[in-house]
Amino acid sequence: MNTPHVEYLFRLADNSLILGQRLAEWCGHGPALEEDIALTNVALDLIGQARLLLSHAGRIEGNGRDEDALAFLRGAPEFRNLTMIELPNGFPLDGGTEQRDFAVAIVRNVLFSTFQSMQWQMLASSSDGELSAIAMKSLKEARYHEEHAAEWLVRLGDGTDESHRRVDAALKALWPYAAEFFVADDIERAMAATGVGVDPSALEASWRESVSAILERAMLEVPAPSAMRSTGKFGVHSEHLGFLLAEMQSLQRAFPGGAW
Amino acid sequence: MSTRDWPLFEVFIRSKQGLDHKHCGSLHAPDATMALRMARDVYTRRQEGISIWVVLSSAIIASDPGSKDSMFDPAADKIYRHPTFYKLPDEVDYM
Repeated sequence: MNTPHVEYLFRLADNSLILGQRLAEWCGHGPALEEDIALTNVALDLIGQARLLLSHAGRIEGNGRDEDALAFLRGAPEFRNLTMIELPNGFPLDGGTEQRDFAVAIVRNVLFSTFQSMQWQMLASSSDGELSAIAMKSLKEARYHEEHAAEWLVRLGDGTDESHRRVDAALKALWPYAAEFFVADDIERAMAATGVGVDPSALEASWRESVSAILERAMLEVPAPSAMRSTGKFGVHSEHLGFLLAEMQSLQRAFPGGAW
Repeated sequence: MSTRDWPLFEVFIRSKQGLDHKHCGSLHAPDATMALRMARDVYTRRQEGISIWVVLSSAIIASDPGSKDSMFDPAADKIYRHPTFYKLPDEVDYM
């Protein structure tokens, strides 16, 4: 059983790690060379955040697990990322087969980066000094991710019929998963009470305001609320995380301790 | 999506305060704002710069390589115009 502090750090770290992995899947597949580099830059920022957070969590946990052990040797139920983060880079949105869709990557980055940069902003004054330092560094990165995705969403939403249709479909598909961002449990409330963490439910109103402003610029409508509540941050994941981990962890599983 | 219809931009980076922007390459982007962001990602990811300019390549008016002789050769034999008779102190790093 993780202490609330370690559990909380896993939630932060795993969002960065798993989204970093998802975005890294765009390497060599970006819609344009320039955008390929931009997406992988974002991925590298996120993986850098995850390294710092996992190392910190491992030290507090005190069982001798370093960043690599935590990233590559935990199973899916031990991961604490939000469900939206682990979803594939494309859905069979039109009833067709699943394929990589830039619209999904951009909409997810808008929804999540906006939330993440608000969270880093609050965590910059965390009573956990190490977490505060990580948050201050990560905030600059997250703001860039947010702007990058928002600029694209505006161009795709207000672009051609096809680009509008695709970002609209991605938005409708991803929107229900955003509710999980703001579901606070005892762990987050306890961390907020001790000044280490943030109660995410406090961020919902300003997140809605920021995202609505971007959607308006992108000529997209805010989707209707959904009753669905995904549960990734409590360790109950979609079927997609296992496949992602199988790929991400295969090298360390096959060659434990392997390094170069 | 295709970059076929994206215009070409020239990218200029200033590497440190006080130095001038230098041409470092070009890229395709849907518009100027995105060109600036893409230039950040393509050309400054190894701390190459602190300021970026992007210019539509089509906005640059270039000299004709064919008139190189008449444009530049006449300066070659006017050594009194060349600033080569001054000794620069070592402290002047960039001239």
